[in-house]
Amino acid sequence: MATLKLKKNKPLVAPSGTKPFTSPIASAIVTVIALLWTVPTLGLVVTSFRTKEEILSSGWWTSFTNPSFTLENFRTVLLTGGGSLGSEGMIPFAVNSLAITIPAVVLSVGFGLMAAYALAWIPFRFSNHVFYGLFALQGVPLQLSLLPLLTFFATGVQIGGHQILPPLGIVGTLAAVWFPHVMFGLPLVTYLLHNFVSALPRELLEAARVDGANHFEVFRKIVLPLSLPAVASIAIFQFLWIWNDLLVALVFAGGTDDVAPLTLHLANLGGSLGSKWENVAPAALFSIIIPLIVFFSLQRYFVRGLLAGSVKS
Amino acid sequence: MTWSSFLNSSGPKILQILAVLVIFFGFYGIAFAAGARLQGKKQNVLALSLFLVPALILAMTGLGIPAVQTFIESFKNADSSKWVGFANYTRAFKDPDILLAFRNTMLWIIISPVVVTALGLGLATMLNKMKREALAKSLIFMPMAISFVGGSLIWNLMYQYQEPDMNQTGLVGQIMKSLGIPLQHLLLWSPWNNLFLMAVYIWGTTGFGMVILSAAIKNIPQDIEEAAQLDGASGFTLFRTVTVPMVKTTIIVVLTTAMVGTLKLFDVIHTMTGGNFKTDVLSNRMFDEHFVYLNNGRGSTLAILIFLGVLPITYYNIRSLRAERKH
Repeated sequence: MATLKLKKNKPLVAPSGTKPFTSPIASAIVTVIALLWTVPTLGLVVTSFRTKEEILSSGWWTSFTNPSFTLENFRTVLLTGGGSLGSEGMIPFAVNSLAITIPAVVLSVGFGLMAAYALAWIPFRFSNHVFYGLFALQGVPLQLSLLPLLTFFATGVQIGGHQILPPLGIVGTLAAVWFPHVMFGLPLVTYLLHNFVSALPRELLEAARVDGANHFEVFRKIVLPLSLPAVASIAIFQFLWIWNDLLVALVFAGGTDDVAPLTLHLANLGGSLGSKWENVAPAALFSIIIPLIVFFSLQRYFVRGLLAGSVKS
Repeated sequence: MTWSSFLNSSGPKILQILAVLVIFFGFYGIAFAAGARLQGKKQNVLALSLFLVPALILAMTGLGIPAVQTFIESFKNADSSKWVGFANYTRAFKDPDILLAFRNTMLWIIISPVVVTALGLGLATMLNKMKREALAKSLIFMPMAISFVGGSLIWNLMYQYQEPDMNQTGLVGQIMKSLGIPLQHLLLWSPWNNLFLMAVYIWGTTGFGMVILSAAIKNIPQDIEEAAQLDGASGFTLFRTVTVPMVKTTIIVVLTTAMVGTLKLFDVIHTMTGGNFKTDVLSNRMFDEHFVYLNNGRGSTLAILIFLGVLPITYYNIRSLRAERKH
């Protein structure tokens, strides 16, 4: 099973050598596809700077020959709000997105790393069974868990008319949205970190144990610092996944704007505003800007995390 | 929006973030300080209960137990008050709307993973050692960072329809008009609209396939390629006889990952058509049964059917994991 590579600054591009396809045709195909993959996003960017009248009367590509741009749309979307945008624009929804994503990422990666260490380095009976069980939970689509979990939050656990556990009292709060993300993310996060943690050199950990360090010290002084690159990759992954989620938000944000993240509000805008592109386009652009910054500035970690999850060596 | 209104509405939320972080790190900070003094069996037990038990409880409460509940509910009626046996299942295979969702889901599973994998493999091969490889990769990979909600809106803009005698505002419509193809409401045009929805998924996922396959291609030992070239292989022959067999496992990984992804795919359908115009899929239908029609029994049944679709892939993954662990 592949492990996260510790080697830093490994270039994504291999040194030149033999190549199966290098021809002008291949270059042309690649260029066309790269353009095709970029143009739709460019359309959104350009549209969000055009006036309402222009958007309705001509295609965004005509703005290149006949440029006239405005920042008015962003003023509406970010500052003044109005209509279906909500009275305060998109910023409160961005705060919701952050308030859902940050706790969910920190807790899932935190619990996941500790569990990965326990499964890899603390010997106990049934360790293997627990590992396989956790791995198998990855195969449970979160669709199966939406309604029972929502019911659990709302009513607690009742068996035969007896209240075993009281309702959690978090329905309608931000916790009701990030808590499920922690639960749904844990099997995969633990599994990926386990790949990494279990591949740490045995001698290193055993030497520390011989010197009298117990599990708590080994984890804090050796495993945690060495795992930081892996933790970073997986945290970015989780960040993008949770930030971009719609389904969990739709179910657990309970239809209230008060805790709705950007994606949820945007999906509603797209439906309710229909063709009001002067609002939808800048709002959409605003919602993708943070993941894009995270992605482009941390691309190397992101790719590494992706590979750890999928490539078998 | 003013500062004071921002602080009023968002201040408490920012404090909540901090509170969660302080509680989590505070609790474990103290636990670690206390745990460091223990020795022997005691610290093993404490370490297991602090390291492993929370994750297990969370995963079981979040996924394990609810999955069992959903299985049970799938044999009950709309408000889970009566047992109905297999009625929800037999109905699922008779209801024309659900059969349509089945058909579309099958189309999705057959077409999109193959396109994603083929495009990804083609791109990875062609890009290998090409000039400006990193730039092209970044551009194709970028939609991975964009939510499917954002992607759906981006493509809605591309697909906009205007009457033929009007200025076109959607790029696809403009291209069709320029080429003299009759204009269509692309998202209403069944059954082709399914393909236009898939385009959004393919656009968002091809980068994933490309990056993973590219890493696998770069792992092919140089001498194997050179030996094949000495034998006179080049171009497509080299691709077919060396590249594809050497990255076969990775191709399967990308294919199965994309299959699971399409089986569960919800955002694109929900945002672009809401399942209307004959574009419904299982995952969206399940959501509607649960939360629009408020029918727990039928919703749970569809969730179980999605699970059954994913099951062979999970089984395959566990089997190969066990094989690897034995080595």
